[in-house]
Amino acid sequence: MTVDSLQEHFDDKVKREVTIEPRDWMPDDYRKTLLRQISQHAHSEIVGMLPEGNWITRAPNLRRKAVLLAKVQDEAGHGLYLYSAAETLGSSRDEMMEQLHSGKAKYSSIFNYPSLTWADMGAIGWLVDGAAIMNQVPLCRASYGPYARAMVRVCKEESFHQRQGFEIMLTLSNGTEVQKKLAQDALNRWWWPSIMMFGPPDDNSPNTEQSMRWRIKRISNDELRQRFIDVTVEQAKILGLTPPDKDLKWNEATGHYDFGAINWDEFWNVVKGNGPCNKERLEARKKAWEEGEWVREAALAYSKKRSERNNKISAKAA
Amino acid sequence: MAQQTTNKNEWPLWEVFIRSKAGLDHKHAGSIHAADAEMAIENARDVYTRRMEGVSIWVVESKYIHASEPGQSEELFEPANDKIYRHPTFYDLPDELKHM
Repeated sequence: MTVDSLQEHFDDKVKREVTIEPRDWMPDDYRKTLLRQISQHAHSEIVGMLPEGNWITRAPNLRRKAVLLAKVQDEAGHGLYLYSAAETLGSSRDEMMEQLHSGKAKYSSIFNYPSLTWADMGAIGWLVDGAAIMNQVPLCRASYGPYARAMVRVCKEESFHQRQGFEIMLTLSNGTEVQKKLAQDALNRWWWPSIMMFGPPDDNSPNTEQSMRWRIKRISNDELRQRFIDVTVEQAKILGLTPPDKDLKWNEATGHYDFGAINWDEFWNVVKGNGPCNKERLEARKKAWEEGEWVREAALAYSKKRSERNNKISAKAA
Repeated sequence: MAQQTTNKNEWPLWEVFIRSKAGLDHKHAGSIHAADAEMAIENARDVYTRRMEGVSIWVVESKYIHASEPGQSEELFEPANDKIYRHPTFYDLPDELKHM
């Protein structure tokens, strides 16, 4: 087949909603876009363990601690599903680690904000995981099979993450004045960064159009953002908390909430590496990688030694 | 999974995985004997997809499959036993809460 007919065949499959699989021909840019997106997604899961890991030892009771541990453990698993999906596109795990550590690969900017109080565990679960789920559900139908299947697994596991976060917020909101203040303060700090998680506005999102044509992406940044705001504002009412946006107002005509201007300068500044915790997060990842070096080496040395011994035994038997 | 053979003249055993429909995972269907991978795929096609049961086949020589010990299942899976909080239904939230 010529490249033209391969391209035609590919386009036709995408159009008919037939998934693209690792051995199928695909345009170079499709492969590159997926690799960038999936590895960035994987890195986000792994770096995303850090703000919550910060509170595991200080959880207020054993139940909260067990739940938080389970959640952070899930994030590790989600990172692994996604790295494996990226590997089907021809990248190696080490290569992706290297790109994360050198700063070449990005991860979701939200994880460059600090988790200052226990209430942040509630706000992260409710808002950050809530926004992530909103983003991820349409990805379960992405055109690339291994990515879509990984996302199905992730979404299934993710639902407890948001519920446990909301439960923390609910308990704090029904607690003492101080606890209620903690909850409101966490909402104040996580609200805008969560809304920015959907990425730049549609008219300033250069990759969106192509990704939608390839059916990697199904719903635009702004539309997902609006959906998130609409459902989350209602949820905040149950908590008796107020999102920190004085322009937030139900619009009868559109059937949506209007909201205030997003500080995109802040967003791009954090993306560029100048957020409150960018440096700390990368250093924590690099440290974990370097300190794990001897474990990786020891496991390989043990496996080699064992197979040499087995070879000797079978040589003797023959 | 079938037992491995000890007869040296017998063709090796292969495990067959079939993707029934575009987009789904490959699932273990059974095993077959074949002299090499190419023959294994053709034999798998003839044995397991005569009624259009598949759109893709994977074969792996059985000796490369490592499986957990059935006798040790209890201790292997025990860690997940008492962690009901991994399920969303564990959390008791107000009925008026929507979209979660």
